[in-house]
Amino acid sequence: MAKELRYADSASRSMVKRAADARIDTVWDRYESMQPQCGFGTLGICCKNCSMGPCRIDPFGDGPQVGICGANADTIAARNLARMVAGGAAAHSDHGRDIAHTLLMAAENPNSDYKVKDEEKLKKIADLYGIKTEGREVREIAGEVARAALKEFGQQEGEIKMIESAPLARYKLWRERGVAPRAIDREIVEIMHRTHIGVDTDYRNIVRQSVRAAISDGWGGSMIATELSDVLFGTPSPIRATANLGVINKDYVNLIVHGHEPTLSDIIAAVSMDKELLKKAQKKGAKGINIGGICCTANEILMRHGIPVAGSVMQQELAVLTGAVELMLVDVQCIYPGLETVAKCFHTELITTSPKAKIPGATHIEFHEDRAVEIAKQIIETAIDNFPNRQKENVFIPDHTERLVAGFSAESVFDFLGGKYRSTYRPLNNAIIEGRIRGGAGVIGCSNPNMEYEEGHIEMVKELIKNDVIVVTTGCNAISCGKHGLLQPETAFKVAGKGLAEVCRAVGIPPVLHLGSCVDNSRILRVLTNIVAEGGLGDDISDLPAAGAAPEWMSEKAVSIGMYFVASGVYTMIGRPLPVTGSKNLYNYLTDEMEKEFGGKWAFEQDPIEAARKMIMHIDKKRKALKLKPMINEQAFAPVA
Amino acid sequence: MGKIIEVKIEKCMACRSCEFACAVAHSKKKDPEALVLDGEKPGHRINVEAYGRNAIPINCNHCDEAACLMACPTGAIYRENDKGPVLFNSERCIGCKMCVQACPFGVITVSPNGKGVLKCDLCIERLAKGQDPACVVACPTGALRYIEQEKSNKEKRQRVAKKLTLAMEAQATEPKE
Repeated sequence: MAKELRYADSASRSMVKRAADARIDTVWDRYESMQPQCGFGTLGICCKNCSMGPCRIDPFGDGPQVGICGANADTIAARNLARMVAGGAAAHSDHGRDIAHTLLMAAENPNSDYKVKDEEKLKKIADLYGIKTEGREVREIAGEVARAALKEFGQQEGEIKMIESAPLARYKLWRERGVAPRAIDREIVEIMHRTHIGVDTDYRNIVRQSVRAAISDGWGGSMIATELSDVLFGTPSPIRATANLGVINKDYVNLIVHGHEPTLSDIIAAVSMDKELLKKAQKKGAKGINIGGICCTANEILMRHGIPVAGSVMQQELAVLTGAVELMLVDVQCIYPGLETVAKCFHTELITTSPKAKIPGATHIEFHEDRAVEIAKQIIETAIDNFPNRQKENVFIPDHTERLVAGFSAESVFDFLGGKYRSTYRPLNNAIIEGRIRGGAGVIGCSNPNMEYEEGHIEMVKELIKNDVIVVTTGCNAISCGKHGLLQPETAFKVAGKGLAEVCRAVGIPPVLHLGSCVDNSRILRVLTNIVAEGGLGDDISDLPAAGAAPEWMSEKAVSIGMYFVASGVYTMIGRPLPVTGSKNLYNYLTDEMEKEFGGKWAFEQDPIEAARKMIMHIDKKRKALKLKPMINEQAFAPVA
Repeated sequence: MGKIIEVKIEKCMACRSCEFACAVAHSKKKDPEALVLDGEKPGHRINVEAYGRNAIPINCNHCDEAACLMACPTGAIYRENDKGPVLFNSERCIGCKMCVQACPFGVITVSPNGKGVLKCDLCIERLAKGQDPACVVACPTGALRYIEQEKSNKEKRQRVAKKLTLAMEAQATEPKE
């Protein structure tokens, strides 16, 4: 029996009830039936990296304290953590690689369905790679940029170039500590090597390699994904849209795109406007074609086209449960295999498109970038053809949507702050220096049924903005914020502290800024770098009064993201702890010693308010170190120093 | 003096190794790898229950006044001798499930293959070979122990005695006002 959601938006609550009534299992039910979950895995002290094992360490100290090879809890937990980082960095970076390939294709083939949409950005990246732009054709530059980006993945010499866009002090620190990544793929491969039986035993050394791989994600693969997506699909600028399951329209052919990469979804969004297809849909009795997004695909097409968001990762099955989804289109990452079981209960066609991600029982229509429009048409036609199969009496669409503003980027924040003609971060830096804004926080990440859905996200963000901390958000946190009205300036201002609200009103931005999908956490790195460059707040990201958080994290990608934020000098707070609590030494290294090495560290706190307050205390510590002025307005949370 | 399966709930890690070992011990080949491949479903007689974030293993206590035994109309649930474990004979079972209803711990369950019930037999086959029950051997943290009832009591008394002695000594060395 499904549990009742206590906190989530009303649409999710009613859909979970509908699932229970229909006896259809969703992620929450599968979580319940998985209880109790194995403590060895939770503590990170189970190892199955070789076949002498599986081994596990007795956390009570009575049983074995080392595995058969002799690895202790520190080594085992560190190796497991490193492999999580490898998984996460691989996912993000492979996404980046695909975008780079698409750009290369667009450059080489003048008839490609993809074109360079943001020349300015292309030239900026060309500059970074030392590629000449003057007097050259856009396609020529694009080709060279794509090749330079692709080289970052597999080069055998030197270091990746993208990391040079970090603040100089940070870049130097990485080189000094020996964690400057040499190539994106290489660092992931090296994690797999080091965690093989009988290689790296020193838990600190293992974590340092995870740091190197994570940097190659955040400042490499993810950054390439973001930057080149902007080049191909346009750098987002603020846009109004709506979110939640209510965006599914009972009179329309509903096509939900779910996953991560924008290559297909962006084309789908464009092709869905096709008049022929509209006519075809009308012939089948629908008023038109309605596209909605789930998870980070939603964020990608939301911020560039204003396509409505149907929901976050945990609502993927709930969307199908409306009975009004003709087709769910998925590519890669965070697609629950359970989706197929739910889809089978309805007329919904589940379509997989990536050769990397097939689901038995789903229809596979493989996506090829060189035939993008043709394939997109085929998919939309499949959706239209499926419309008559909908069981109208079995449709229930919850009547809830929320308005939001999304589509900020490191560049557009820039424009807003200073105005189009004198774009600058100065007003933001000044507001922090003068004590109108206390600091900044990036709140990001997944949702996880091991916590009350959305409570962690929303309560944390509210507590932060209440205390004059400006919040940038990405991924599924952004979607939750959207559903709860926090991306709507009018609603957010009601919660925000006086100083933050004043500044935001003056420059015309909301206190919670939607910065995109989960690869777009690289935009947060860019924002931090820009703030450092603007001056007055120290020389490095670790000097800034800033913190990061993933209150409801679950994926390996989240671990990689957390690790690159820590590596970039950010205090990084997550809800449930990393699976390392079986090793006191590793725990201490991650939550304490790392700060001395990298200026950032991990923190774990499940209570979202308490977690937000710990972040604020860190921000206060940094304000004090920078000798910034006291806050102008009285603060809701003001710990006695 | 009978031995019991003693449970230290604070040591349970919820790995469910006991459940798996129970199934293997009651399978035909007693081979964990074959179990899944053969599709055999011997079921488990010990259950790790979740309560909040706690994991509590619950197993048959082989009660002296066993409710299951008293409820069974056909003698399918029986004891070989006064001190022996409460056993189940599938040939005598009529499937009335009275034992399932009667057990106050909920550890007699309907067999997954639909024939008869699953009931802990304290691994009599293993005991005969001088081995401890499978669940106990599988437990990686010692949350389960197969131990003389009196020996377990003795350990507990020793712990209490130690505590009291230390408290007494601490009091004796405290400076008097």
